[in-house]
Amino acid sequence: MLPDKKVCRDMLYYMKLSREIETRIERKLYRQGKIVGGVYVGRGQEAISVGSSIQLGQDDCICPSHRDMGAFLIRGLSPREVLAQYMGKKTGVTRGKEANMHMGDMRHKIVAFVSMLADTVPVAAGIALAYKMRRQRNVVLCYFGDGATSRGDWHEGLNLAAVQKVPVVFLCNNNQYAYSTPLEKQMPIPDISLRARGYAMPGVSVDGNDVLAVHEATREAVELARNGGGPSLIECKTFRMTGHSAHDDARYVPKELFEEWSRKDPILRWETRLIRDKVMSEGEVRGMATRITQEVDRAVSLAESDPLPEPEETLEGVYADQSVEAPLAFAASFFSPDRWR
Amino acid sequence: MATTTYVEAIRQGLWEEMTRDEEVFVLGEDVGVYGGAFKVTAGFLDQFGEERVMDTPLCESAIVGAAIGAALMGMRPVAEMQFADFISCAFDQITNFAAKCRYRWGAGVPLVIRGPSGGGIHGGPFHSQNPEMYFVHTPGLKVVAPSTAYDAKGLIKSAVRDEDPVLFFEHKYLYRRVKEELPSEEFLIPIGKADVKRTGGDISVITYGAMVHNALEAAGVLAADGVELEVVDLRTLVPLDKATVLESVKKTGKVILLHEDTRTGGFAGELAAVIAEEVFEYLDGPVMRITAPDTPIPYSPPLEEFFLPKTSDVIRVARHLAAY
Repeated sequence: MLPDKKVCRDMLYYMKLSREIETRIERKLYRQGKIVGGVYVGRGQEAISVGSSIQLGQDDCICPSHRDMGAFLIRGLSPREVLAQYMGKKTGVTRGKEANMHMGDMRHKIVAFVSMLADTVPVAAGIALAYKMRRQRNVVLCYFGDGATSRGDWHEGLNLAAVQKVPVVFLCNNNQYAYSTPLEKQMPIPDISLRARGYAMPGVSVDGNDVLAVHEATREAVELARNGGGPSLIECKTFRMTGHSAHDDARYVPKELFEEWSRKDPILRWETRLIRDKVMSEGEVRGMATRITQEVDRAVSLAESDPLPEPEETLEGVYADQSVEAPLAFAASFFSPDRWR
Repeated sequence: MATTTYVEAIRQGLWEEMTRDEEVFVLGEDVGVYGGAFKVTAGFLDQFGEERVMDTPLCESAIVGAAIGAALMGMRPVAEMQFADFISCAFDQITNFAAKCRYRWGAGVPLVIRGPSGGGIHGGPFHSQNPEMYFVHTPGLKVVAPSTAYDAKGLIKSAVRDEDPVLFFEHKYLYRRVKEELPSEEFLIPIGKADVKRTGGDISVITYGAMVHNALEAAGVLAADGVELEVVDLRTLVPLDKATVLESVKKTGKVILLHEDTRTGGFAGELAAVIAEEVFEYLDGPVMRITAPDTPIPYSPPLEEFFLPKTSDVIRVARHLAAY
């Protein structure tokens, strides 16, 4: 059964918006040199972050990873802030301090991930622990890829969450490659969801390119967590339709796999389903696409004209206490006239 | 009035903070039923319950990670590393996650990580280390290392109330060896303020942790020879109280930098650089370091004794420097 019509339409909107923003980032702004750092996109994986995070409440929290654009947008970041973030602008989510998807804002209950993947897994357990200690009926969605599940922090985090029975849902975006390393060189098991058994939590594998399957699996896990049933692991099987990053042409991936998975595109599938089930007409879907293009056009032009941070802002924000001086590269007193008498 | 040991002072400080604010909680290995390997949290489980006194699996990285998560939500976790040596397992969470949250995306992490550090108890290479410099080198962290019961109590309370991650290195040799009368009323000691433990006009000994007591002992011996040491206890390595250090060096013109940590990349090197840059004109002799040698900390008593800086080292160097 489909969720209500608004949720169905919103899921299509956020998947399409994610795709459009990331296409601009990867295929235009990066190539034009307007984005100077790394670019990691979630093309083909949009159903995972959208189908899951769309059902959270305001006080729930997400710990996204680097291919979860939809989750950031659903939690309330605007396309302009996100694009400005990529361009290193002062108006970006991190005011130029951080690059690309390394962004967060506790006002929106989004935790910024670090590049040491899986580090957010025990952090998510700690957020959930705070919910439990405060008797709040909230949950944390914690996202990561297949690669992250090989790290020690991942296992420590799942174990601690399970022992403490805290309200967190672990969502694995299994796109079958950790940079250039395929699954069979990462793990000896066929399904990442099997790892849940070691921590006595429910573990399921779903079609990550089916937004409805992701939505349904997450709904069950969120309900369990909210009712004190503890953590779950959901493996969303998908495929990375790009290289690891914009500079990686992914020549190590067999072409047939790209062809096979492009036929399973999550946006195309959801559009077809919504039209077939008469939730939206073809005209409405086209209208949505046009509006998204215009929305992103506007966001790009605003972000492009936004200012860069001032160089001196480098020294700001290391500590809460402003009186703690961030030392300069040289001792300023050397230039003081007192030293030269 | 009864005296309070260094370990009891830390226990009291944590107890008071947990009583004051129910968002403060402790987590770590054996902190609950057992009361902590060194009994810092003895009695806490009965008083505060098992949610706020949380026994964890052996998972230093997840202990710190979970503490970060709770701190991001505004709680005040105090994570215990059973021995400071084990903090290496949590290095990534501390240096990449906790230290950088505020700078990267404006999220405060009001977290305390306590660790019993230091040698002199025949703990061998993995129960004796002084790991402070890994963290001193990471902007975003504060690093505290008290030498007395009074300082330990006042500083642990400030650490709990601080808005940023604080690493609190307790010297385990001092736990039951130093004691003093503590005020009955509440007191706090600000993070980032050094304390001149003994004033003197001839040589500044700048130090922290257990070595403060060696410096004071040496000062007592040397006073009989007419050499007056000024003992500056840093108490906090980050933020460094540069003003107090430089004031002392300007007064004496001679300086010994003393720590139990190993030599290369130790805090003495940083202090020597600050002194050379800022008060070069006031120096009347070479800036001398007294530190442990660049080796792991050995177990056997004659080896460990050789490894640790001693009062006699301070006396020998100070006599030479006084004559310079």
